[in-house]
Amino acid sequence: MKYIDEYRDPELARKLLGEIRKKATRPWTIMEICGGQTHSILRNGIDQLLPDTIELVHGPGCPVCVTPLESIERALVIAGKKEVIFTSFGDMLRVPGSSKDLFMVRSEGGDVRIVFSPLDALQIARDNPHKEVVFFAVGFETTAPANAMAVWQAAREGIRNFSVLVSQVMVPPAMRAILSSAGNRVQGFLAAGHVCAVMGYEEYEPVALEFQVPIVPTGFEPVDLLAGILKTVELLEEGCAEVVNRYGRVVSREGNPAARALISKVFEVTDRQWRGIGSIAQSGLALREEFRAWDAEKKFNVTHISASESPLCMSGSVLQGALKPDACPAFGRECTPEHPLGATMVSTEGACAAYYTYHRNCNTL
Amino acid sequence: MTIAPVCPAPLMHHETVQMAHGAGGRLSQALMQRIFMPHLHNVFLDQLDDQAKLELQPGRVAFTTDTYVVSPVFFPGGNIGELAVNGTVNDLAVGGATPLYLSAGFVLEEGFALAELETIVISMAEAARKAGVMIVTGDTKVVGKGQCDKIFINTSGIGLIREGVSLSCRNLQPGDTIILSGTVGDHGMAIMTSREGLSFQSRITSDSAPLNGMITAMLDVNPQLHAMRDPTRGGVAATLNELAVSSSVGIEISEAAIPVKAEVRGACELLGIDPLHVANEGKLLLAVAAEDAAKVLAIIRSFEVGRDAAIIGHVVHDHPGMVVMRTPFGSRRIIDLPLGEQLPRIC
Repeated sequence: MKYIDEYRDPELARKLLGEIRKKATRPWTIMEICGGQTHSILRNGIDQLLPDTIELVHGPGCPVCVTPLESIERALVIAGKKEVIFTSFGDMLRVPGSSKDLFMVRSEGGDVRIVFSPLDALQIARDNPHKEVVFFAVGFETTAPANAMAVWQAAREGIRNFSVLVSQVMVPPAMRAILSSAGNRVQGFLAAGHVCAVMGYEEYEPVALEFQVPIVPTGFEPVDLLAGILKTVELLEEGCAEVVNRYGRVVSREGNPAARALISKVFEVTDRQWRGIGSIAQSGLALREEFRAWDAEKKFNVTHISASESPLCMSGSVLQGALKPDACPAFGRECTPEHPLGATMVSTEGACAAYYTYHRNCNTL
Repeated sequence: MTIAPVCPAPLMHHETVQMAHGAGGRLSQALMQRIFMPHLHNVFLDQLDDQAKLELQPGRVAFTTDTYVVSPVFFPGGNIGELAVNGTVNDLAVGGATPLYLSAGFVLEEGFALAELETIVISMAEAARKAGVMIVTGDTKVVGKGQCDKIFINTSGIGLIREGVSLSCRNLQPGDTIILSGTVGDHGMAIMTSREGLSFQSRITSDSAPLNGMITAMLDVNPQLHAMRDPTRGGVAATLNELAVSSSVGIEISEAAIPVKAEVRGACELLGIDPLHVANEGKLLLAVAAEDAAKVLAIIRSFEVGRDAAIIGHVVHDHPGMVVMRTPFGSRRIIDLPLGEQLPRIC
């Protein structure tokens, strides 16, 4: 299959692994930011194939994982309302709030629907003018353009029965938070290819310079990941704190200008809570004043709802690369995909779920 | 313009299902006579009794039931009717039984088009003919608009278990070869890509098919097959896990050996779904002694439904109860049960 097979070529992968082994003379700790990359690394067993000196730690780039508990609680309240059709990407439906999840709201009679695009949710609003249609707008810069487009179209067409519950976050502030944290071990980053497809990699250059870390935008297929790891190792060995793009077929330095313009038109930067991590200054997006009529939090008056995390869950440390999922005392015991303590065990992009799914019992592999 | 006087007698000719079609009165009879009997009739059904009176050869009888609620009712490559026949035929056949007689219970939604019902009944008759079984008893209920989705069908079936055959999911032995009878994920992805809300077109068609002919041919030559399952809901991943757990053995499969159609693979890539988790309705997973593998594979491949069959792995002593996949890169990963719903109402 074109665009897939050539990036899953075992022969090419073997060559890249050989190069990595040759280049790596010292131990290095590299973080892949994106949960999609974590998933691909574990699915393809790339961590098993790397030399022992290269440690991959898994970053916070799982939108479901970092959506704060209070946003989930607000979603549950809104979704339970009679007049509401609540729409979301499928992953969010299983994330537990303090007492239930969106699937349970649905079983209690709430109209909760999985959609594949916020524009589908907008279409549901057009088709159901007597209902309030709400879309759960979570995610990183990757989902921001489509979410912005849905709000922008709703505003243009004057669709008043549509709104979005926004929990939109951004990568660079999270990288700064990780690099500034006390026990940070991360020496280089694989930057998330899809985020960079939208935003470009210009904004990573000051981070690389300030913290003296190499940053390599990378794709999601095994060959992409290995090429990204190889470049990061080369930069680390050379002591070179630069941003080097290894996802050239998708990412350019300036990203997608039309998408970036739309994001700035609809959203403004704000402080944002990250589940398991806490508040990170200037790390999120909120609707601008002129689009507040489409803000579900305002429309349904849920801003007063707050919530706090279970003290048992250590997902904050997992999300910052300080703790490997299988090193958590609750992993596979109190915490499983059926009974998750935290969101990292829920989402298909969550590091804990990826470990549980592919590596549960490492000594058998 | 004048309107002709209308006789106040009830209308008997409807284009859609009415509540009265399920009330046991004239409309119920009309439904039987016009839609069900012309297509399904046989010596047992023609008696129109409350029960079919069957004579069975001595021996062990297999008995199974399944309810079909697939949405959409008509999907690329089939409809709910043939699915309801093939599914129950296959559930009997994988136990080493020769499927003989089926029952069919229908729950119809008020307002469902009778023409569509007839199309479904015709394909049930056709599927029964192909599989060599008879639908010998049935029932129809009608529920109000919105109380079910168009049509739900229950089929139960009985078959005679062949002598000398003991297929069981507890029979896997280390060293056994695992054979898959064809490409994975066709049915589930055909349903998924034809659902409303997923706006992409594909040429993926369901693999719904009766497997009893192929199974009979295999058992004729080699009655000592260890285990046989049809990997429906939960896909190949779920069935392999059930086999590994039931027999307390490990199973190791090779990613490169799993047959997947390019269209199915593409759709799975787009939707982020593992083809091993997607439902099949015309595939078999078998565990056979290694020395019988080549012979059994050749028989499967001689059937159209088994054309793409492949050896995908083997049974091992290690990691009992666990399925492990070898990737093309030489690494290994666990193949787990799918979690939660990927898509409800696929069959």
